[in-house]
Amino acid sequence: MNLAAFLAMLARDGRVARRNFLPLLLQNLVQPMLFVFVFGRVMTTSGMMPQEYKSLLLPGIIAISMLLSGLQAVAFPMIADFQFSREIEDRLLAPMEIEWVAIEKVVAGGIQALVAGGVVIPMAWLILGSGLQISFAQPFELVALAVLVAVLAAAIGLTLGCSLGQAQIGIMFSLIIGPMIFFGCTYYPWSALASFPILQKAVLINPFVYASEGFRSALAPQFPHLPGYLVFGGLLVFNAVFLWLGLRQFRKKAVG
Amino acid sequence: MDVGIRIDTLRKIYTSPPPTAALARGGPMGGQRLFKRSEKKKVSIVALDGVSLEVHAGEIFGLLGPNGAGKSTTVGILTTRVRPTEGKAWIGTLEVWRDRVAVKRLIGVVPQKPNLDFALTAREILTYHAAYFGLGGAERDRRASELLDRFRLTDRADQMVHGFSGGMMQRLSIARALMHAPQVLFLDEPSTGLDPQTRLLLWELIRDFNRQGHTVLLTTHNMEEADALCHRLAIADHGRVIAVGTPHELKQSVPGGFVVRLAFHDVPEELPALLGQIPGVTEVQASPSGGLDLYADRGGTLIPHVVSAAAAAHATIHDIHISEPSLENLFLHHTGRSLRE
Repeated sequence: MNLAAFLAMLARDGRVARRNFLPLLLQNLVQPMLFVFVFGRVMTTSGMMPQEYKSLLLPGIIAISMLLSGLQAVAFPMIADFQFSREIEDRLLAPMEIEWVAIEKVVAGGIQALVAGGVVIPMAWLILGSGLQISFAQPFELVALAVLVAVLAAAIGLTLGCSLGQAQIGIMFSLIIGPMIFFGCTYYPWSALASFPILQKAVLINPFVYASEGFRSALAPQFPHLPGYLVFGGLLVFNAVFLWLGLRQFRKKAVG
Repeated sequence: MDVGIRIDTLRKIYTSPPPTAALARGGPMGGQRLFKRSEKKKVSIVALDGVSLEVHAGEIFGLLGPNGAGKSTTVGILTTRVRPTEGKAWIGTLEVWRDRVAVKRLIGVVPQKPNLDFALTAREILTYHAAYFGLGGAERDRRASELLDRFRLTDRADQMVHGFSGGMMQRLSIARALMHAPQVLFLDEPSTGLDPQTRLLLWELIRDFNRQGHTVLLTTHNMEEADALCHRLAIADHGRVIAVGTPHELKQSVPGGFVVRLAFHDVPEELPALLGQIPGVTEVQASPSGGLDLYADRGGTLIPHVVSAAAAAHATIHDIHISEPSLENLFLHHTGRSLRE
């Protein structure tokens, strides 16, 4: 480990992210915000959804925004780097074990996910209007959760980014990320799947479930949610799995 | 510090397509491929087949060969980006694969395809690179300004590199490789795609670096470049080293030096022997295109004799090509193929 090189790479990613702040923000947050507006505002105001749905939706939106921004922050540059540009080679040639280059990417992606989470809360609050019942009574749980979700997002990004090619980005969204979002308990609580017992068990292999249910338990505990030990246990396990997989794939791509 | 390079019976077999520079143009092993497919259709590409070399400290050494010779793979292994299947390599006293991190401090790498960080400006590319190597802020800025100036990039220093021409990107790649003051510089096909003027500037920059006592290893398939720039050369083909020496020694090693390539509609059996008796002809070889190659100590003055020999054997010549002593002929002599084929 070479701390100076690691920090320099983090500074480089920070520089690039600041330079692209607005486009990045739009890329990651427009869709969730549209969703918030249509389902959280239009449907509830028109009476087609109960007012409480706003508070149920917000934790899921935070989870999804963090997951998508962290994932894309790592996956897209990785795909481009390993497909044609090889821009990352400059960093692979830095005097540091190459695994730290991947870990730096995960840290940078995690930070972007945290920023996205931080931006989404006030924005969604604003869009949802009155009637939101969100509690910040468990700040430590919330912070721990946010960090775990941020790292998870970046680790999934690393795994996908080092496993897929440019041509598979469309497939990645329609076959991997799409189902993960919709079966990720983002727009409904896990308990709502009770009438689909097989599905309810099956979705537990989806890491997104633990993120949305975790934020739900921290911010809107009035709704049914997965117990804390399952949320944290699930997030820790998936973090470990995706970090291991991501590093393995990265090593394969980086070294001939 | 004098840092040389030693390579001991390196072998590299790719079981998946090679990831690095070898991909740049026309697939990994352009030209003839050494594919062996097992029942499971697993790819197995022999890129290096037992290469041993020694590059002395302080010399400009060239690796010359056609696409697919294993040049990029050799550079990949020496620069820690490719893991050797067998064999070892040393930069100075450091064994490359075992001491990767320490090796990376000693080397500067100019890749075949510019891999500049497109999210940064030219100056930032240099300063961040230096930061990866632990240079302090003031030192980074000073060196970056100095190199930008020397490489004639100062007026574009604070622009993103998207719009840069090939030559500018290549110059910036070299400047980047020099930012952390390496002892050994690797350049993979450095002058491909450069205009003649930029190529001359590039050669001058390489010689400059070398004059400070540093070692340079470059790959090329351009004979002119190898001849003009390199103190010593290795000629590679199909993952093997065919010949090593100074450009002059290598050219002298071709029997006669001149090659007269003859094309016939068909070659009568007695023709090679007849041609071999012509004074000055040292060797007659069948060429891959079906004609004959004469190695000789002279060129044009042979032609009347060749024509009479062909007439005596009732063969019709439809093409004659004479080439003077060159590395191209050397390559042809050892492989039966032209470098450009």
